[in-house]
Amino acid sequence: MSAIEETEHGHGHNKNLAHHFDTLEQQHEANTLGMWAFLLTEVLFFGGLFAAYTVYRYKYSAVFEEASNLLDITLGAVNTAILIGSSLTMALAVRNSQLGNSTKTGHWLVLTIIFGMGFLGVKYFEWKHDYDIHLMPGKNFFHWQFAKKAKEIHTKEHSHRLPGPQDGVLKDDDPSLGVKARLESEQARLFYLLYFCMTSLHALHMVVGFGIIGVIAWKAYSGVFSPDYYTPVEIIGLYWHFVDIVWIFLFPLLYLLGAHLGH
Amino acid sequence: MSQLELKSGVTHAEQAHEVHEKPNYLNHDHSVMSWLYTLDHKRIGILYLVSITAMFILGGIMAALVRVELSTPKGDFLTADTYNKSFTAHGVIMLFFFLIPSIPAVMGNFALPLMIGARDVAFPRLNLLSYYLYALGAGIGMVALLYGGVDTGWTFYTPYSSTYSNSYVTVMAVGLFCIGFSSILTGLNFVVTVHRMRCPGLTWFRLPLFIWAIYATSVVQLLGTPVIAITLALLGVERTLGVGIFDPRLGGDPVLFQHMFWFYSHPAVYIMILPSLGLISEVIATFSRKNVFGYKIIALSSVTIAVFGFIVWAHHMFTTGISPYAAMVFSFLTFSVAIPSGIKVFTWLATMYKGAISFETPMIYGIAFIGLFTIGGVTGLYLSTLGMDIHLHDTYFVVAHFHYIMVGGAILGFMAGLHFWWPKITGRMYSDFWGKLGAGIIFIGFNFTFFPQFILGYLGMPRRYHEYPEELQLLNVMSSAGATILAIGYTLPLIYLTHSFFWGEKAGKNPWGATTLDWTATDSPPSPHNFDQIPVVTEEPYHFERKEAGVVSH
Repeated sequence: MSAIEETEHGHGHNKNLAHHFDTLEQQHEANTLGMWAFLLTEVLFFGGLFAAYTVYRYKYSAVFEEASNLLDITLGAVNTAILIGSSLTMALAVRNSQLGNSTKTGHWLVLTIIFGMGFLGVKYFEWKHDYDIHLMPGKNFFHWQFAKKAKEIHTKEHSHRLPGPQDGVLKDDDPSLGVKARLESEQARLFYLLYFCMTSLHALHMVVGFGIIGVIAWKAYSGVFSPDYYTPVEIIGLYWHFVDIVWIFLFPLLYLLGAHLGH
Repeated sequence: MSQLELKSGVTHAEQAHEVHEKPNYLNHDHSVMSWLYTLDHKRIGILYLVSITAMFILGGIMAALVRVELSTPKGDFLTADTYNKSFTAHGVIMLFFFLIPSIPAVMGNFALPLMIGARDVAFPRLNLLSYYLYALGAGIGMVALLYGGVDTGWTFYTPYSSTYSNSYVTVMAVGLFCIGFSSILTGLNFVVTVHRMRCPGLTWFRLPLFIWAIYATSVVQLLGTPVIAITLALLGVERTLGVGIFDPRLGGDPVLFQHMFWFYSHPAVYIMILPSLGLISEVIATFSRKNVFGYKIIALSSVTIAVFGFIVWAHHMFTTGISPYAAMVFSFLTFSVAIPSGIKVFTWLATMYKGAISFETPMIYGIAFIGLFTIGGVTGLYLSTLGMDIHLHDTYFVVAHFHYIMVGGAILGFMAGLHFWWPKITGRMYSDFWGKLGAGIIFIGFNFTFFPQFILGYLGMPRRYHEYPEELQLLNVMSSAGATILAIGYTLPLIYLTHSFFWGEKAGKNPWGATTLDWTATDSPPSPHNFDQIPVVTEEPYHFERKEAGVVSH
């Protein structure tokens, strides 16, 4: 029993070491491996969506390419740049925490959150635009061929008025459309469904990230981290880079289909 | 030591009998909050044990409804709809709420840190979170059942679960989603624990075989479960938004659902059976008092089974429209699973050969396991044969096959483990007579229940119908009668284990003479911190001969 007492006293001088670990190094390795394992599950979690995407893109490749062209490549590219920027700030935060610069670590973490929120801000306007031109699957979804037209009207009028049947924009189950047009619309709807599912799941991961990064930034400002103990900064860094990488895959798969064809 | 006795003597002056005892994890704090907020892996294991026992009873009641209905050819006890809901509830509760957390979360939580000489799992708070996610998921599942249940079968195949379902599928899917994350977090915790928390000298090939099995299981939990989570999420999206990701009328593909479902749910079978396989290796070695035959190959066969588990999923879909070439590949791969499984059976037999076998309760369960697991495995080969599967698909043959694996394998393994570790968990022995009697009744009842179902299935009785032709009644009555015996068999442990918990004889540190750290280096029950001193391992786990010789020379 005295052995336990001793080790507990031994741990007592470092408040960052949990009682069930022997050394800070062991704790650091366990936490890092834990995050890697978690990211592995995330790969498979997104993997289900990527698998569905692959199946339907292979099946309906022509419609998927056309549908992809209704998304806004410019906004997507801007967002990609913003997110890569946030990965840089995150890497700098990790570096500074290793060097023991607590305040700088906090600053870089806050900047990461700001970049991330910028990303979501752009995403908000993009989603709203997609909704306005009836690309969102559900009751609001119109025939995709009219989305182009709706887009024109919407952009020209600079108003919040949603284009509708009065502008010659038809629901995708409108009887005046042929069977082929209706089938294609269903396929396009699958594309937009995957687009909304994948981007919103990605956004959800960012929002969760904000919360955790916020807590860790606060800890950094209160000087918790030191060159001996910076594990939380490092593992949230891993998480954030993962979120970034998911977007690096989403951007070409969703926005750039058939872009080389000059649509 | 004397310092501690002095301390406890002061704090528990009024409880004189405790002065002589070191505080253990059960009695060091009796408050309810100390259980509900516990970060101790042993206590979390107990929380799981209580919860899954409740789930097992509930799932058993659902099975009873099914068997009562099937004792007559006409659908006279339940309506077709209620019958659908009963077997769905039985399947969902037994698989997701009982079997998946059973051995990993109960035995794994309790024994894993003890067996590797660690003070706890790597992430104790995550461990508690995973229990509460389980409780939340099970609670939501219960809400879905109380509101009227789910009638899709446990597989939630579309379009039963989308277009044609008016039951509480979405609520149940939310519950399963929570349970899934509980399972992922447990798996993650165990993987990291095995990698980073082993005590000095405990190299990979000195790990007890149960640890190898739990490790392989945890990897499957990590890699498989996220896929079912996203599948259920998509099902929820399809149901709420009215879009057709799995609906062919809207351009979707129902077979995609089956692929994604079985990509998890076939490996999930190995989440249920692999820990049992590891546990049986412990039990067979301990009660044969002999070093296991082929340690490395048993260890690696656990990993092999986990890997094969991921590449055989489409054998559930031979009749649902996959390409014949894909079917041939999946059939071949499914046959390959028999190799590591067969290796395990034969190494157990070789371990028992010329061993000094004693037939205590865990060993009785262990031997029953070997027989039933073999029958379950061999009938699996019938089903992986492409032509044969056309005849047997969705019949009672399949039902009998997976019950031999799930009940004859996983649950008997769980019972073996429970009886094996009971003295460690509670510090008390149970009546070996009643234990053996219970094991015997379960073995007889089990075979009476499920063997006739092989014949029924071969004769063409399909699953999931509440009526059947009159000429099949005899076998169905046998099966229902067997289920009654089985129920008695399951009730006995509840009684004698409860009795043992309060009034059982003190077990002592190592009543079975086992050689792994959980027995040799901890008290029964273990202290809150598991080890007085972190042990150092210097040899392979199963050196019975040497240890016995050591005892003799004393």
